[in-house]
Amino acid sequence: MKRGLEHATACVRPCPPAWENRRVPPIPSPQNAARIQPNATPAELIRNFCIIAHIDHGKSTLADRMLQLTGVVDARAMRAQYLDRMDIERERGITIKSQAVRMPWEVDGTPHALNMIDTPGHVDFTYEVSRSLAACEGAVLLVDAAQGIEAQTLANLYLAMENDLAIIPVLNKIDLPAAQPEKYAEEIAGLVGVDPESVLRVSGKTGVGVEALLDRIVEEVPAPQGDPEAPARAMIFDSVYDTYRGVVTYVRVIDGSLNPREKIVMMSTRATHELLEIGVTSPEPQPTKGLGVGEVGYLITGVKDVRQSKVGDTVTNAGKPATDALGGYSDPKPMVFSGLYPVDGSDYPALRDALDKLKLNDAALNYEPETSVALGFGFRVGFLGLLHLEIVRERLEREFDLDLISTAPNVIYEVTLEDNTVVTVTNPSEFPGGKIKEIREPIVKATILCPSEFIGAVMELCQTKRGVLGGMDHISQERVEMRYTLPLAEIVFDFFDQLKSRTRGYASLDYETSGDQAADLVKVDILLQGDHVDAFSAIAHRDKAYAYGVMMTGKLKDLIPRQQFEVPIQAAIGARVIARETIRAMRKDVLAKCYGGDISRKRKLLEKQKEGKKRMKTIGSVEVPKDAFIAALSSDSAAVKDAKDKRK
Amino acid sequence: MPSLPEGVPVPEPRGPREAPQRSEDASWGGGDGRLPPWVASSPAGVAPGGSGTAGARPFGVYVHVPFCTVRCGYCDFNTYTASELGGGASQVAYATTALREVDLASKVLADVGLPQRPVSTVFFGGGTPTMLPAAHLARILAGVRDAWGLEPGAEVTTEANPDSVTPEYLAVLAEAGFTRVSFGMQSAVPHVLATLERTHDPLRIPDVVRWARDAGLDVSLDLIYGTPGESLDDWRTSVETALATGVDHVSAYALVVEQGTKMAAQVRRGEVTLPDEDDQAAKYELADALLTEAGLTWYEVSNWARGDEHACRHNLAYWRGHDWWGVGPGAHSYVAAATEHGEAGAAEAAGVRWWNVKHPRRYAALLEAGTSPGAGRELLTPAEHHLERVMLGVRLREGLDLGVLSPSARTAVGGLVARGLLDGRAAISGRGVLTLRGRLLADTVVRELTD
Repeated sequence: MKRGLEHATACVRPCPPAWENRRVPPIPSPQNAARIQPNATPAELIRNFCIIAHIDHGKSTLADRMLQLTGVVDARAMRAQYLDRMDIERERGITIKSQAVRMPWEVDGTPHALNMIDTPGHVDFTYEVSRSLAACEGAVLLVDAAQGIEAQTLANLYLAMENDLAIIPVLNKIDLPAAQPEKYAEEIAGLVGVDPESVLRVSGKTGVGVEALLDRIVEEVPAPQGDPEAPARAMIFDSVYDTYRGVVTYVRVIDGSLNPREKIVMMSTRATHELLEIGVTSPEPQPTKGLGVGEVGYLITGVKDVRQSKVGDTVTNAGKPATDALGGYSDPKPMVFSGLYPVDGSDYPALRDALDKLKLNDAALNYEPETSVALGFGFRVGFLGLLHLEIVRERLEREFDLDLISTAPNVIYEVTLEDNTVVTVTNPSEFPGGKIKEIREPIVKATILCPSEFIGAVMELCQTKRGVLGGMDHISQERVEMRYTLPLAEIVFDFFDQLKSRTRGYASLDYETSGDQAADLVKVDILLQGDHVDAFSAIAHRDKAYAYGVMMTGKLKDLIPRQQFEVPIQAAIGARVIARETIRAMRKDVLAKCYGGDISRKRKLLEKQKEGKKRMKTIGSVEVPKDAFIAALSSDSAAVKDAKDKRK
Repeated sequence: MPSLPEGVPVPEPRGPREAPQRSEDASWGGGDGRLPPWVASSPAGVAPGGSGTAGARPFGVYVHVPFCTVRCGYCDFNTYTASELGGGASQVAYATTALREVDLASKVLADVGLPQRPVSTVFFGGGTPTMLPAAHLARILAGVRDAWGLEPGAEVTTEANPDSVTPEYLAVLAEAGFTRVSFGMQSAVPHVLATLERTHDPLRIPDVVRWARDAGLDVSLDLIYGTPGESLDDWRTSVETALATGVDHVSAYALVVEQGTKMAAQVRRGEVTLPDEDDQAAKYELADALLTEAGLTWYEVSNWARGDEHACRHNLAYWRGHDWWGVGPGAHSYVAAATEHGEAGAAEAAGVRWWNVKHPRRYAALLEAGTSPGAGRELLTPAEHHLERVMLGVRLREGLDLGVLSPSARTAVGGLVARGLLDGRAAISGRGVLTLRGRLLADTVVRELTD
């Protein structure tokens, strides 16, 4: 009776998802598993791969499914998007810091150790991507079957192909009603040079096709090759700060082996560290007896700052050091700068501490103190790009509870004076006066993918942004790839937003820095009642200086409340005024009536006004609401409206 | 126990020793309307001696009459037309209802231990008090007199709509003890009156002023400036028309478009444009010039009178921080603490202000049940009281006693004089008196004097 009941209960359970219904996945048996123990796995049983995908094309969901099918995470322990650690990443559905997970998988009775190396998916992190790719022999090219390939994916695909990785093209989200697998299989097949039929079709969500993908990885990704007897060389492809354990360094062993309790050397700095722990993640960290040729794992040395364990650097043995470092290492170079200021000046020490903490986990973040007449004490912070800027700012506000003003982002300029001295300008306020011989600005090579119908719109936008068309190719019947050289300065402001709005969201953008060029640039100053407001100064192309001046003076006129005196707002190049607006003096602020029933209300109004005054910055004698700074410096017209509404 | 007004929580009985945590006293409402004991005597039993001693302070009564024939588009006062009112709060019964609150008031003030004070001023406002028969207003005034007595020479004012009075009506008021009438003239220009949705005939103004004066009443005219579509010349016409009647008192108010009024909706829909502050400033300056030339002097930011004897003493009492009891739906009342902050044995709060439930029907129901119509109250902290004193005092031509300011605020006086917002000579003699420019920027002045 009892059994029967249980059976009946089982029958009414909702239908399990498709992947649960299938045969038991080929997870190696205990005997087989013994053949693929860390530090004891023959290189031919190792497969190192990454997944190349656009931000929302489902990489994390697919990775989750792989963790489940290979048995390293059981369904109940599964958090959505297991690999993304930080909340902010989880919310945005993007991966900033890559990690590696070791998964067992059996094909035809042979066990294999698969190392899935997660790569960041954004242009700002191209260098980190390139190092992740260098740790792999193969890449899964994952494309949303409803969207097709995007420019950033294309860029990473080029990188992967340049690194001679085996490419496994896969269409994801085939369960979506809007999926067009035939169409996009054709597109990808054309790019990678394979038969459209060989493009795998999967759904990370339902699990369909994921086992076949794992099989394909074993079949097509080459096993790593290296010399087990040579001095150890391991490449750092990621470095993460952990509050409890210090810096966790992720490496791929190329030659030789790394073992516990050895001394290791970072080849770029020659710094020696004690190896406190070595292990693999699967997906939680597991200490091992070492890492051998082709293996991927982590090292803990007790260092507290990711700068001592830099991505791209080569780790070797102190006792038996390698002579040559692995190639490809470079220092992260900030491309975009912005001033970060606490809204409340007394938060300056807190901001400094917060940046110091973030720096532990972000080798690319650098900053130095800066003082602004308008904004007080703050920092000039260098970022890899705009997303990096946004992420850092958001983390400062969210994790450290800071209220910040960030100035408009700018790039680095090299200014050569008449006497041939060269000034590097990372802040418009450093722009030298006097005779200037030449100004050079960084440029980027940009790739834009969009449906053919938007070619005109994209060309028009790039033209206004001083772009030079380098070439154009149809990647399919409907989609085109356009290559432009553009000044980075034009991209850091609102280029991407404009590109999206002009192409109804269909265009995608990727860019990489590509040296610099001479340009006819000027510094536009903004003056409030004759006082320079450094926060609003900008370096602009001479042809656009006037437009910037008119835009900024107009914005400020709307944003700054009337004062007791007239306030002229001017935009100037040197001593020459190019635009002017005037805020008329306030003549009346008193409420006409104030009788018995009005008194409480009137008092509360005054109390509120006094509170509002505390949120004002005084420039000269002009009181400027802090919201006005934020609104004036943002490219977002909604912020201007918000600040205006708040004034009412 | 009757139902409590407007969602106010059931009042917890408050022990006399419990000090209020915040100025807004959320637990108060309904019940017997009892006042904090410190309004009558210092809690430590020290005999009250300062200038603020309640027994010595003048006491005024405001009577709100919440009825109008139509609601004007700009009006956000607590008033109701017959159709808005519904049953249960009839105009006919209003005098009886209001007198119930007068009874309650005299009892509450006596219970807390305040000595009986004859009333210095009574003011009937609205709404349109003259919607009620003159005899009803007379009856309410009689009730006030019965409860506390009237001081000799007490000022008794009623607001009136120019088209709702007759010579006979005004004579009845004068006979009953009224001394003053304030007509809502607003403008002399038909298109401005139309925008304001005022229905009276501007040509009646000289007549009603004459009738009132013939009845022996002091007269004031209310004007509004800055109505959408009003030109500077329109405004000049209004002021000159008011002055032509020979009136001894004029109030001039800038039009404020309040949230929730019909006019606010018209602005939102783009049908009328918001009054412009610069335009209003210009009109204020013009009014001040014309009124001054005609022999009326400003005595408060929005009020001008032909000599101090024609100033409205009831309104002066608000600005001077005297005690008043507001009778009627939505009316506010205020009683200061017996001892001032800083004096020996000062109370924990500087004063108490409370307000009645807004709807006439609920107001009537509460009183009928023998319950206070109070909806909420605030116990003013010393800081709030100080801000009010500066805010109100500085509006007056007699000015603010600069001695009440904090040392840091006193240093701001020099800058305000230099910038032409405070009168220099008055400042030297210890009074903060606004200049013409300062009157328009009074909020700035108050802020700087209280920072």
